[in-house]
Amino acid sequence: MRPEFTSPSSSSSSSADRRLNALVRHLATASMVSQTAVAFSPTSGFHGDSVFSHVVRAPEDPILGVTVAYNKDPSPVKLNLGVGAYRTEEGKPLVLNVVRKAEQMLLNDKSRVKEYLPIVGIAEFNKLSAKLIFGADSPAIRENRVTTVQCLSGTGSLRVGAEFLARHYHQKTIYIPQPTWGNHPKVFTLAGLSVQTYRYYDPTTRGMNFQGLLEDLGSAPSGSIVLLHACAHNPTGVDPTLQQWEQIRQLMRSKALLPFFDSAYQGFASGNLDVDAQSIRMFVADGGECFVAQSYAKNMGLYGERVGALSVVCRAADVASKVESQLKLVIRPMFSNPPIHGASIVATILKDSNMFNEWTIELKAMADRIISMRKQLFDALRARGAPGDWSHIIKQIGMFTFTGLNSKQVEFMTREYHIYMTSDGRISMAGLSSKTVPHLADAIHAAVTRMS
Amino acid sequence: MDSVFASIVQAPEDPILGVTVAYNKDPSPNKLNLGVGAYRTEEGKPLVLNVVRKAEQLLVNDQSRVKEYLPILGLAEFNKLSAKLILGDDSPAIQENRVATAQCLSGTGSLRVGAEFLAKHYHQRTIYIPQPSWGNHVKVFTMAGLSVKNYRYYDPTTRGLNFQGLLEDLGAAPAGAIVLLHACAHNPTGVDPTVEQWEQIRQSMRSKGLLPFFDSAYQGFASGSLDVDAQPVRTFVADGGECFIAQSYAKNMGLYGERVGALSIVCKAADVASRVESQLKLVIRPMYSNPPIHGASIAMTILKNSDMYNEWKIELKAMADRIISMRKQLFDALSAK
Repeated sequence: MRPEFTSPSSSSSSSADRRLNALVRHLATASMVSQTAVAFSPTSGFHGDSVFSHVVRAPEDPILGVTVAYNKDPSPVKLNLGVGAYRTEEGKPLVLNVVRKAEQMLLNDKSRVKEYLPIVGIAEFNKLSAKLIFGADSPAIRENRVTTVQCLSGTGSLRVGAEFLARHYHQKTIYIPQPTWGNHPKVFTLAGLSVQTYRYYDPTTRGMNFQGLLEDLGSAPSGSIVLLHACAHNPTGVDPTLQQWEQIRQLMRSKALLPFFDSAYQGFASGNLDVDAQSIRMFVADGGECFVAQSYAKNMGLYGERVGALSVVCRAADVASKVESQLKLVIRPMFSNPPIHGASIVATILKDSNMFNEWTIELKAMADRIISMRKQLFDALRARGAPGDWSHIIKQIGMFTFTGLNSKQVEFMTREYHIYMTSDGRISMAGLSSKTVPHLADAIHAAVTRMS
Repeated sequence: MDSVFASIVQAPEDPILGVTVAYNKDPSPNKLNLGVGAYRTEEGKPLVLNVVRKAEQLLVNDQSRVKEYLPILGLAEFNKLSAKLILGDDSPAIQENRVATAQCLSGTGSLRVGAEFLAKHYHQRTIYIPQPSWGNHVKVFTMAGLSVKNYRYYDPTTRGLNFQGLLEDLGAAPAGAIVLLHACAHNPTGVDPTVEQWEQIRQSMRSKGLLPFFDSAYQGFASGSLDVDAQPVRTFVADGGECFIAQSYAKNMGLYGERVGALSIVCKAADVASRVESQLKLVIRPMYSNPPIHGASIAMTILKNSDMYNEWKIELKAMADRIISMRKQLFDALSAK
């Protein structure tokens, strides 16, 4: 029997009737239907504004906005150099063969289940990740002074580490390089830290402002946290030399500054996993403490699977154990426990020596293609006689190049040549191919000769 | 030289997980783990649904699939289908574009993102949660920046609902306060309001402008029917008012460790929903940038294919029925004594 309902009058609004009809239908299909009248209540919330009427529209993410604009462009020669993801010579996304192989193995293993992981994630994944970044023979690992927790890629690792620091560390300020990845300040601010910058990039040389860096870190309050890009600085591609790293290390240790490494490109920058981990290992070798946020988005091409790890290197094993217990209290109220799929792929690859070797080969191929694009772009600019020194293109390392172009020149290149990049002049070398280098070189040449 | 973290204290073990730790240590052949909040078969084993394995096969064998970053709000189709699942295919709120949905990390992640949004944008920073509630609720809301108060819920003398106390406490809450409601299958008590009681709760809350935040972790898993279990949520939405919904696929699709969920915010107007959606991105981006692709792709594959959807409903009902059967058997066994 259908429950009765009363409506205020036959001229009530159709939307109100629709809502009530929907309500009646839902109740009528329920096995627990009762014969209670459903009254149209004047206090049911029809009246009044949304309690979120005041919420303003958030600006579009600037980096993602580039791809939005690119997608709209109908030009056949358009080029997307904003994208921070690897592309093949054909301009396509790439899933590594070894990743597909690992995924098939997991899928075909009928004994696998989808139970909740522990709060800190897959134990084997965590151990292997620590070995990957610190080295298999790292004393810190041998001495049980490292705690590693599985997190959501680099961003998630940074956020969990920062929330831990905001809660447990005596210094609530983190120093980040100028410039840095656009999302860094918000990650740290939302975690409860305040953000200061240290000089890093020198636009006149398109290299490092090492003097400025040393001065700014030198004047930071003792104990401050310092964000360091482990390699392939994003967005500039400018990394300290080994000697400069050593000076940074000495300065930081003398002032008890706490290093927080963002390692998003291990193996992807130089093509060699150990070379790209050197800066971190140098710091760990001196026995001191540090945080490391590791991402597998780029070097394993696992972007959307959100695979990463936060490691905290401590002075003593019992401290590491207590730190781990407190990290759980950060993670549990954020997402309870991490996703199983991507980390299982990583663990599968890292623990099998054949698959590990296959991975290093595919990884080196990606890094080599990017290095080759740098060389080709540099040669093409020189061949056109583009004014200026373009050697920074081959000196910078990693996925991105800070071209040194200003926003007017960038705008010009988008308008006239359909080249899409972020307004700071950053281009993703991963988005280039041998076929498209000439078009980009033409565009840059035109931009610097016709726009200043 | 000391560690800079030398003064950190060891955090206590999570009480729920501690039960399993103790169980694992026990050598007895008769041991029984009744702490675990995950489905087990008649054989005591975890279960991966057949339809989930099927969907996963389709995905992994599709060589055209890639692993690129999802949008900040996740898979659009997953979001639409999730909203339809909880609100109903014909929901006016959906038809009128008044629902903002974001893919999040299961129920916990949806609660946390919703709570952080509220702490940033809502005028009332207090959330009322039932006494008792899931152990993690308090910390999720506190870490998000809200303060937590309780409303009476469980009556230990009747082992049922303290409905009078509930109405009094919600009635005494400041106008506009946020109220956490377990959509069905209240955790930990298993005590749910009746349909009539839900209607009274709805009227009381709307009259005081209290903002409902539903935690929907068991849709389909409680009664065996997806629509029945969604009723409380749908009655609130049907009155045209606003609410938050945290949806989890951990139990009803058995996707626990894949972390699949969605946060939906039902607004009074489409342009509000659109602005709310844009602000949700600013909560998510600094937390983990974008959500994981695998689990949500499995859920989406099932939801959008009518055969797989029907298969899912059957497997879901079987799980719910087995649990209902266990209740009956335990009751009978105790009565027999």
